[in-house]
Amino acid sequence: MVPAIETRHLTKVFYSGFLRKEKKALTDLSLIVERGTIFGFLGPNGAGKTTTLKLLTGLIQATSGEAFIFGKSIQDVSARSKLGFLPERPYFYEYLTGLEFLHFCGELFGMDLEARSKKIETLLHLVHLKGSEQIPLGRYSKGMLQRVGLAQALINDPELVILDEPMSGLDPIGRKEVRDIILRLKEEGKTVFFSTHVLSDAEMVCDQVGIIINGRLRSVGSLGTLMVPKVKSIEVTLKGISQEKIQALKPIVDSIRPGDHSFLVTLMDEGHLPKLIAWTQKELVQIVSIIPRKESLEDLFLEEIKEAQL
Amino acid sequence: MKAIRAIAINTFKEAVRNKILYSLIFFAFVMMLVSLVLDQATVGQRNKIIKDLGLGSINLFGVIIAIVVGINLVYKEIEKRTIYPLLAKPVKRSQFLVGKYLGILLTLAVETLLMSLFLFLLVWFYEGTFDPYLPIALFTIYVEISVISAVAIFFSTFSTPFLSGMFTFSIYVIGHLTEYLKKFGADSGSAFLEGITRFFYYVLPNLERFNMKEAAVYHLPIESGKILLSVTYGLLYIATVMLLSVLCFERRDFK
Repeated sequence: MVPAIETRHLTKVFYSGFLRKEKKALTDLSLIVERGTIFGFLGPNGAGKTTTLKLLTGLIQATSGEAFIFGKSIQDVSARSKLGFLPERPYFYEYLTGLEFLHFCGELFGMDLEARSKKIETLLHLVHLKGSEQIPLGRYSKGMLQRVGLAQALINDPELVILDEPMSGLDPIGRKEVRDIILRLKEEGKTVFFSTHVLSDAEMVCDQVGIIINGRLRSVGSLGTLMVPKVKSIEVTLKGISQEKIQALKPIVDSIRPGDHSFLVTLMDEGHLPKLIAWTQKELVQIVSIIPRKESLEDLFLEEIKEAQL
Repeated sequence: MKAIRAIAINTFKEAVRNKILYSLIFFAFVMMLVSLVLDQATVGQRNKIIKDLGLGSINLFGVIIAIVVGINLVYKEIEKRTIYPLLAKPVKRSQFLVGKYLGILLTLAVETLLMSLFLFLLVWFYEGTFDPYLPIALFTIYVEISVISAVAIFFSTFSTPFLSGMFTFSIYVIGHLTEYLKKFGADSGSAFLEGITRFFYYVLPNLERFNMKEAAVYHLPIESGKILLSVTYGLLYIATVMLLSVLCFERRDFK
């Protein structure tokens, strides 16, 4: 079966300014996204995620290399008939109402009025915009724009949905709604390809992730195998102890900060935690909380970037 | 075809909802004022002046709106990124551009028609008759502003609104002087200068071809062959400019 997306040595160089200064935005990207999967495209800001998505959707043209959507070259306009796309921080015609805009999008696919009306009705319910469809888009909130953006990306019942940072700028409820929609699309057998720089967004839904740094694809695989976030430090809050007594902990903890009737101690070494707990039991000190501080995606990226520079 | 239609109608909607047509009120106001002032003049003169000024203002307003709308509509789509979800659909860039242009033509047609209607009413009010010469001049004015808006779109496919506006306005001004340009080159005696002026004479639109205002006001004979030739010239010019616009637009990256 042909994959949903296939790119071969895709490269994009931008030239800027009068002197046509060269900037390589994407270098030699070869990637396969299988049908029916959710693929997360991860990378720090400016890594080349949006460039890749714009290449796939025909907004920019590759300097070299090729890309295919369901086996059809992206040079071919008809490759986009099975595609749905939500740009980053979407912005739509302010003077149109949500309903008019969705009808307009449907018309671009050549859908007739009946088919459009039916589809739009379902989509409005899916993205929770029912009741707001008569309001001009200029008065939509950021979250509403993101949702109407999702609706327009799904108007043609696409086999492949490409979303650029679909969860950025949304509140936790909004993020969950977008995640639910992505999972639902997978249940319907569709392929979802989305970019994000937030690890937790990808963790919850992706079958596969690709990590891109400085325009180069670093690794592809399931998130669990690619990234096991290490515990950086552990923060323990202790109560019912005097200033003098806590000094006894100095050899095993890395810092002690006094708080409101409590102390916050930080351990850089996980191995010291059992010793600390044993000590509190002996001294009858109360443990309020133990919080492991895991590496964030940004930390992992930093490591990758360091490796890349070596 | 459906996509072009949808984009054209959407463009028209945008122009209407952005209150472009409000400029008509200003036109009506100016015309009323002029006719009131001219009330003192003799009857025959007054009617001619009203027609002359009316056609002149319709022409000027048409050109201004053609430039303003033409340079902004495509640029705004790119600047505000509303073009992204559009071009990610199976819509060719040429379809997008043609749709935009047709939408502008529709807007200009409505605007010109309403202004013309007002002029007819004013003339009818003073003369009591319908002047059959006016529609000919108004039609060629419409062809002229169609050429101007195509030129504005062409510049806006690769330039900023400010520069596009400057370029388009320059072309409008020079477009009315191309006959002089050619003559100047021919009289100069220098083969080099003549070559340059001739080049510009053929590249720039000869907008005087669409100027039938004087003939309409003074009821001079207008050959139908001349009108047909002017319209054909206008259409060919528009087709060429649109083709160039598509070529520029196809290669553009939307960063």
